[in-house]
Amino acid sequence: MGLDPHVLRGDFPILRREVNGKPLVYFDNAASSQKPRQVIEAMTEYYFNHHANVHRGAHTLSVEATEMYEGVRRKVARFLGAADPASVIFTRNTTEAMNLVAHSWARSVLEPGDEIVVTAAEHHANLVPWHLLAAERGVAVRGVGLRPDHRVDLDELEEVVGERTRLVSTWHMSNVLGVINPIARIAELAHRVGALLLVDGAQAAPHLPVDVEALGADFYAISGHKMCGPTGAGALWARPEILREMPPFLGGGEMIRKVFLDSSTYADIPMRFEAGTPNIAEVIGLGAAVDYLETIGLDAIFEHDQALVRYALERLQALQGVTLYGPEGDDRGGILAFNIDGIHPHDVATALDQEGIAVRAGHHCAQPLMRTLNAQAMARASFYFYNTEGEIDRLVDAVAKAREFFAAFA
Amino acid sequence: MFMLNTLYKEMILEHYKRPRNRGVLEEATVIQEGTNPSCGDELELYLQIEGGVICKIRFIGEGCAISQASTSMMTEAVRERTVEGALELSQKFKAMIHGAPPAEELGDLRLLQGVSKLHARVKCATLPWTTLEQVLRTLARLEGETKRELG
Repeated sequence: MGLDPHVLRGDFPILRREVNGKPLVYFDNAASSQKPRQVIEAMTEYYFNHHANVHRGAHTLSVEATEMYEGVRRKVARFLGAADPASVIFTRNTTEAMNLVAHSWARSVLEPGDEIVVTAAEHHANLVPWHLLAAERGVAVRGVGLRPDHRVDLDELEEVVGERTRLVSTWHMSNVLGVINPIARIAELAHRVGALLLVDGAQAAPHLPVDVEALGADFYAISGHKMCGPTGAGALWARPEILREMPPFLGGGEMIRKVFLDSSTYADIPMRFEAGTPNIAEVIGLGAAVDYLETIGLDAIFEHDQALVRYALERLQALQGVTLYGPEGDDRGGILAFNIDGIHPHDVATALDQEGIAVRAGHHCAQPLMRTLNAQAMARASFYFYNTEGEIDRLVDAVAKAREFFAAFA
Repeated sequence: MFMLNTLYKEMILEHYKRPRNRGVLEEATVIQEGTNPSCGDELELYLQIEGGVICKIRFIGEGCAISQASTSMMTEAVRERTVEGALELSQKFKAMIHGAPPAEELGDLRLLQGVSKLHARVKCATLPWTTLEQVLRTLARLEGETKRELG
């Protein structure tokens, strides 16, 4: 079933605005997606009629707020293909979810000499938490390279994952290359040596159906704000049997069983990992975002993204002096990083912004990948279900115009 | 409406394509690294300072047209200036980039005034100056400490 981006755009008030006198083309979805009216209204409705703190009071509002908040936990569990809602921990975003795994699971389990395996294309959120831990615990972070076609080198992964490997941690969809990792195969390689698999799902969860059971993941991290939800609400899913053995992440209210002056005992999952008053309204917004995406259908969204990226690749390939990153094929989502010869991507982004087109420029929180691909930085267009081929035509025209403008001074 | 050529004036692009004072300065007395972590721009300034005067200045680095041109133009503007004079010029440059009317003394640097209309690019233009200020302030502090020790 296809979707109609022109109809869906009607749900996004921001997509009607102009930037620099031109209709906005929003191609920075991999950084953060826009929000439909349904999500914004769900949060407003909560504040207008139901707000109170959760998991505390015996009064009506608190019970309502708690039911709404816990309802989203069930929704997110179902969205990720998880059977047990208690296996979903709300975090601010993917970064916080990864840090939760690092601080709680890794810190209590890893020993000097243990290894964490990542790839050359990780987001800094899947590198820096391990670096912090490596310094503290004497564990090593090992990287696996890419093949010339910008897919992860699975042969090298197979060699690197060994008896010292305790965790393999990598992306489901790359935030720069758009390529989708064969997670089920990577899970097999990790589990063969008794290691666990953490999946950075920040880019995949908004764009394709995710089933953590089928993937064989042990941890799966998502950000709500990249999938039409508000900022400040994300989640970590983990196998409940792993989660139950993990010590708390942050200490404070809500996460305790009994507290004495000199010691405390901790709540069961999921509360053990949610200290303090959570982002209640944002979590409720995330629930509305999940409803919204499921109404469109994740299969239809992925199909649309793929059609857009195929079209963009085809049109940009036809331009001289444009370098495109990432492979072509069915394992490619709607993210397209590129460079124009002789123009720095920041200047490209400024030129495109003058045409009302929003793209990201820079290292995309993936400095090791930039080094691997021998690029200092890249421009990146990233698509979603509300983007159209007509908008890609505008991108291509603007790229050609920018190239012409800067070439005049070569 | 802001136009691309308001920002990228001919001379700015000329400095970008043919930067002045680019390269390592073997006889440098101080070297300072500057980075823009949010975008990845990198810069290394080499200065030869004698008797409180910037005698020679060179740079290496990677970045966008604005940061490269701004660096190139800065090296021309501060050479043969005193440390104090360079710091003063830096304040004037930054004031312009943050929206103040440009001081006459800025000369060609005034061509970068267009950046003040583009908040996203302010850091690109100020990176070389911030890096320069850092090294000059460190020097001034070290000198002060040496004098106190000797005194």
